[in-house]
Amino acid sequence: MSRAMPPKSTPPSNWDDHHIELIIGKLLRAGVLISAAIVIFGGIVYLVRHGHTVADYRTFHGELSPLRTVTGIFQGATQFSGRAIIQFGLLVLIATPIARVIFSALAFARQRDYLYVCFTLAVLAILSYSLLGSSLH
Amino acid sequence: MSVLLFTTLIALGSFLAGFLGALTGLGGGVVIVPLLALVFHVDMRYAIGASLVSVIATSSGAAAAYVREGFSNMRIGMFLEIATTIGAIVGALIAAHVSTATIAVVFGFVLLYSAYLSVRTLPVPPVNEKQDALSRALHLDGAYPTAQGQEHYTVHRIPLGFGLMFGAGTLSGLLGIGSGAVKVLAMDQAMRIPFKVSTTTSNFMIGVTAAASAGVYLARGYIDPGIAMPVVLGALAGSMLGAKVLVNAGTKTLRFVFSTVIVLLGIEMIFNGFTGRI
Repeated sequence: MSRAMPPKSTPPSNWDDHHIELIIGKLLRAGVLISAAIVIFGGIVYLVRHGHTVADYRTFHGELSPLRTVTGIFQGATQFSGRAIIQFGLLVLIATPIARVIFSALAFARQRDYLYVCFTLAVLAILSYSLLGSSLH
Repeated sequence: MSVLLFTTLIALGSFLAGFLGALTGLGGGVVIVPLLALVFHVDMRYAIGASLVSVIATSSGAAAAYVREGFSNMRIGMFLEIATTIGAIVGALIAAHVSTATIAVVFGFVLLYSAYLSVRTLPVPPVNEKQDALSRALHLDGAYPTAQGQEHYTVHRIPLGFGLMFGAGTLSGLLGIGSGAVKVLAMDQAMRIPFKVSTTTSNFMIGVTAAASAGVYLARGYIDPGIAMPVVLGALAGSMLGAKVLVNAGTKTLRFVFSTVIVLLGIEMIFNGFTGRI
């Protein structure tokens, strides 16, 4: 299927845009399903242990949560905390579109479309700034 | 309310939101925040945190279906994601510095605008055959399949579209929504990208945009697993089912009903914001 044409050499047929998009679609779906499975598992652990307690989210005290940082989430998950396992699943979910961007960079490099390698790396840098800059303490 | 009951009710509400959002094409994200804030009295910050991660799930889950027919243009998507991701970080930073009442009022107006867009059919932009030099330089020109074979297109008014995308990203980061409506508006109306290409490419961009503000949300404690769990799972299941039954549903009445709900939620968000009850 002919799509936006990369400028220089013709890419190998299995690296055309439509084929890459199909792979990306599958990649995203796999990431979502894996994260959903982790969230369900953590959710069961959480509900079995805390299902009978009172839910109160009227006031915000998220700034005190240990689950704000990647290290905090890993620590909690290794201690088999239901909430930490859910949060780990959500982390996988957030990482899924980032994996897509990394794969796109490789695909554009393979197509020798270096302008888009640069654009993709710019997006990756912005995402890294958001995730690493603010939450990896 | 016990955690078990709270979780079950939120999962059901999010399921319905995801289902109707997929069925009507309006997206479920816009009703999840008002549902949590107005019905379950969840703090706005927890509500937008949970909504944002559910947006990543529903858009990524649907991506495989969106790319299948070959309408999406990954170069347009990647180029505009530079604008949406920067906007998303700016929006998330703004969210941390304004009151929840202000966020509620802005949210209310976005709801009203979304409802307005869904009932008003935008004029179909005339086909502009003129080549755009910038579009060519940025490799944005593309082609999409039609009954008559491949139809070529070029992208117009790129700086305007790029700016609108920055705005769409900012709204997404501020309100925890996908802002698909603004994205499609920018691509379809401003940049004159064919409608099918706009909608499918927009879906692609929503996940990456949301991931950019998710980092900031996570670090600020907006993403609480107890609320995010039922919202993500409910919305994901609902949107997947909605996409499946999409073909044979009478969407016109549903669209009207869903738009009415959105208008009412918008008014209530604005009212609660102004009276400081949120």
